[in-house]
Amino acid sequence: MTDILGTARDQVLEQGEGLGQAQVLEVLRLGDDRVDEALALAHEVRLRWCGDAVEVEGIVSLKTGGCPEDCHFCSQSGRFETPVRAARLDVPELVEAARQTAATGATEFCIVAAVRGPDARLMAQVRAGVEAIRAAVDINVACSLGILTAEQADELQALGVHRYNHNLEAARSHFGEVVTTHTWEERRATLELVRERGMEVCCGCIVGMGETLEQRAELAAQLAEVDPDEVPMNFLDARPGTPFADLPPVAPADALRAIAAFRLAMPRTILRFAGGRELTLGDLGARQGVLGGINAIIVGNYLTTLGRDPRDDLALLAELSMPVKELSRTL
Amino acid sequence: MTVVAGHCDGCGRSAAEGDHAACRARRAATDPPRFCAACGRKLVVQVLPLGWTARCVRCGPLV
Repeated sequence: MTDILGTARDQVLEQGEGLGQAQVLEVLRLGDDRVDEALALAHEVRLRWCGDAVEVEGIVSLKTGGCPEDCHFCSQSGRFETPVRAARLDVPELVEAARQTAATGATEFCIVAAVRGPDARLMAQVRAGVEAIRAAVDINVACSLGILTAEQADELQALGVHRYNHNLEAARSHFGEVVTTHTWEERRATLELVRERGMEVCCGCIVGMGETLEQRAELAAQLAEVDPDEVPMNFLDARPGTPFADLPPVAPADALRAIAAFRLAMPRTILRFAGGRELTLGDLGARQGVLGGINAIIVGNYLTTLGRDPRDDLALLAELSMPVKELSRTL
Repeated sequence: MTVVAGHCDGCGRSAAEGDHAACRARRAATDPPRFCAACGRKLVVQVLPLGWTARCVRCGPLV
């Protein structure tokens, strides 16, 4: 029987064809003694199919809290008794956040809102914010505003939004245990609207929400089917007051297996370290991830929680001789 | 705003009662203050890429 990493070396590294669901499951089931080998192969795949540059992004919560949805992992849901209280940024504050993000060398700035989908007020604020940022800051603007209508997708594209994020979060078979107020199919449909308008698609997940390994492999396959430009990998940070508050953190080896597996499933995507990596992996794990398939990071803080000092991440990249991706100019 | 005693800024409950080890751990690792240490109200917290601000609707902004 051919070893899965041997198969992956030929199929993924040499031919650029991502692993299928059953193959991803084999990687997720590798013993601890083979995690380093899987990460090393994932790193080779990243270098071959993506290059050595690391994309750096900052994110900010434009509208915090009071979300009507019941995503069980989220402290911003208005349905759970969490410590998060509603807050809203104004446009000058948004522009300043973008400016500070750009000053770190980041080329992406994502505006996020805790909503099911944007209402007229939020769209007006996003419109003003995106226009102000594009006029003042040299940075690509991305948005994550929930489920879109076709008209809203049109408007975001016309504003020059570079990339739109809408995570699948979980495998289709697991989704109903994570969210009940909207469907996996509704999330999938928004991704198609984004792609049809030529915006880049950012679609990721949260690992560690009680899924089985089979469901984790299913998730990788479903993400690969979306074929996103970017896949943010979050690891559950169990928040007080949420239904998932008592779930244990993902074991570091499992997180690293997932990183390697997702890279081997999607050799060409921007695979981004997102929320929860500090708790799950720590400093050593961050290094292992960046040398194990990851080629993008969120710099600084997240939406409601705090991240690593940007100087630490940028120092790590410098130490590893990984250049920070620069803005490309489309003439 | 300097607070001597009062409330745990992680959960809002009395700082003198109960075990706040988990609150302290979260504050050290990932969380800005969530509750006003003076009055226990939930803070309006805005996390930014390179910092955060927090304000109590009764006691004012944290500095």
